[in-house]
Amino acid sequence: MSIRDIFKKNKPNRKTMTSKGQHDVPEGIVTKCPECNHVMLTKDLQKNQKVCPNCQYHHKLTSQERIEDFLDEGTFESFDDHLQTVNPLNFPGYVEKVKSDMKKTGLNEAVLTGTGMLEGNKVVVAVMDSFFRMGSMGSVVGEKITRAIEKATELGVPFIIFTASGGARMQEGVISLMQMAKTSVALERHGAKGNLFISIMTHPTTGGVSASFASLGDINLAEPQALIGFAGRRVIEQTVREKLPNDFQTAEFLLAHGQLDAVVPRSDMRKTVGTLVKLHVKEAV
Amino acid sequence: MVKTLPFEEPLVQLKTKITELKEYTSDAEVDLTKEITQLEERFTNLEKDIYHNLKPWDRVQIARHPERPTTLDYVKVLFDDFIELHGDRNFGDDEAIVGGVASFEETPITIIGHQRGKDTKENIRRNFGMPHPEGYRKALRLMKQAEKFKRPIICFIDTKGAYPGKAAEERGQSEAIARNLLEMAGLKVPIISVVIGEGGSGGALALGVANHVHMLENSTYSVISPEGAASILWKDATLAQKAAEAMRITAPNLKEEEIIEEIVPEVLGGAHKDIDTQASYLKEVLSKSLSELKTLDEEQLIDQRYNKFRKIGVFSEE
Ligand SMILES: [Zn+2]
Repeated sequence: MSIRDIFKKNKPNRKTMTSKGQHDVPEGIVTKCPECNHVMLTKDLQKNQKVCPNCQYHHKLTSQERIEDFLDEGTFESFDDHLQTVNPLNFPGYVEKVKSDMKKTGLNEAVLTGTGMLEGNKVVVAVMDSFFRMGSMGSVVGEKITRAIEKATELGVPFIIFTASGGARMQEGVISLMQMAKTSVALERHGAKGNLFISIMTHPTTGGVSASFASLGDINLAEPQALIGFAGRRVIEQTVREKLPNDFQTAEFLLAHGQLDAVVPRSDMRKTVGTLVKLHVKEAV
Repeated sequence: MVKTLPFEEPLVQLKTKITELKEYTSDAEVDLTKEITQLEERFTNLEKDIYHNLKPWDRVQIARHPERPTTLDYVKVLFDDFIELHGDRNFGDDEAIVGGVASFEETPITIIGHQRGKDTKENIRRNFGMPHPEGYRKALRLMKQAEKFKRPIICFIDTKGAYPGKAAEERGQSEAIARNLLEMAGLKVPIISVVIGEGGSGGALALGVANHVHMLENSTYSVISPEGAASILWKDATLAQKAAEAMRITAPNLKEEEIIEEIVPEVLGGAHKDIDTQASYLKEVLSKSLSELKTLDEEQLIDQRYNKFRKIGVFSEE
């Protein structure tokens, strides 16, 4: 099945979605860049991988857009679209909110996982989606990512994740915290068998996701300007009572502090990761 | 005098009344022995009634009691030959985490734990038990050392969370926590973690990827503090009491979810009432846990740990 078919089946209206700023202008036709206020045709922004041609601001991608942008055309096959979120702590309205985001995004939860080809090499990918409950990680997200890692281990192929998450999903309590451990034990096993894991942090990657799989790549990459950090800026400002620099917790800040291998613009991402994967193909050596 | 918690007020009032009566009778001619005995009986019953029906918020308060025993308090009573080992060999020594070697029932072990202070001065030195990345990296160094010498590892979890500070972010707080989760998964020696106070979020979990996880009866383990949950869920931090119930953060809750193995019983009123007795309860659980894990070989230990965390999650496959 091609990815277009999949998207046709469960992803209505996803193509016209844009990131913040979309409320300022009539929906769909034009988009205003939230960073530089440049107004452009949405279709021109789409053509430019949703990177503002004026200031290079990387607009958020939906997980489907990311797959389309990143993998060889028509090679993606998704996993576990049937897993459903339940309400372990009986929080009023929780399932309803999840259902509404399912409808909005065409996803079953805040991550899309599956196999595909990257410049001719087979990979397993997971793409988190910050339009779904801010990409927060509950049981289904943890389970889907863990299953994807296990699949990559079983196939002996690289596991690649694009992270975008506000952290653990509070409405699932300590179970959501434990998803950090669950995904990490799976990554340990994947790595112990000599398999590659590449983590690509996109805006935003914070909290429990930042403090688990996002930081555990053999190679850790990030998109320009992405917000990446453990604690929220406001919490830190209240704790340390000092003004934080403007670039605090940006991808560039992390790179300067030795926390990232590279900051890679979206236009180079496919090529860069494709090359990294090629250099790690086991039979090649 | 130990600090009294709000839910203990009725006990304090009754105790005061009994003391007054006793004082009065020692000066007066009247004999109130019978009345006093009755009141003392009432006190014993009330004590049981209160302490056996603790609400989640009461447990949170016990877990945060300033005199609650810390990692080093238990180390003193439970282990012999403890020698503290410092530093991460890279940046510094984070005193919010302590670690070292010791023996437990004749077995050499490695001990690692969050360490709060008992007074303001010590709390400042130990950053209120909230570690920086170098604390987690020290912990990992000691775990790897334990693995090399085939020593079991015992971790004590007792933190509000990893420190949310500028320097912590610069030095990679996220990576330090994440690294421990991954490395603990692969260690070839038994790991036992016990939550002895507050188990706050990722900063707690970074010492928690163990074969067996136990909790003291009045300790808590949560993704966010009750105050934090209340302010996010209901935009009102004063609803922490309600959040403590809703978030299911107590030892009995986590036992029910099968996230922890054992609840370590506490002395009536909380661990701070009698540290020696409390340590003996803890010793019993640790001893049983360790002898169970000693029967597993390296591969079985790693598999057991994998399966323990692999199965956590609630969802439907419809
Ligand atoms: Zn722009």
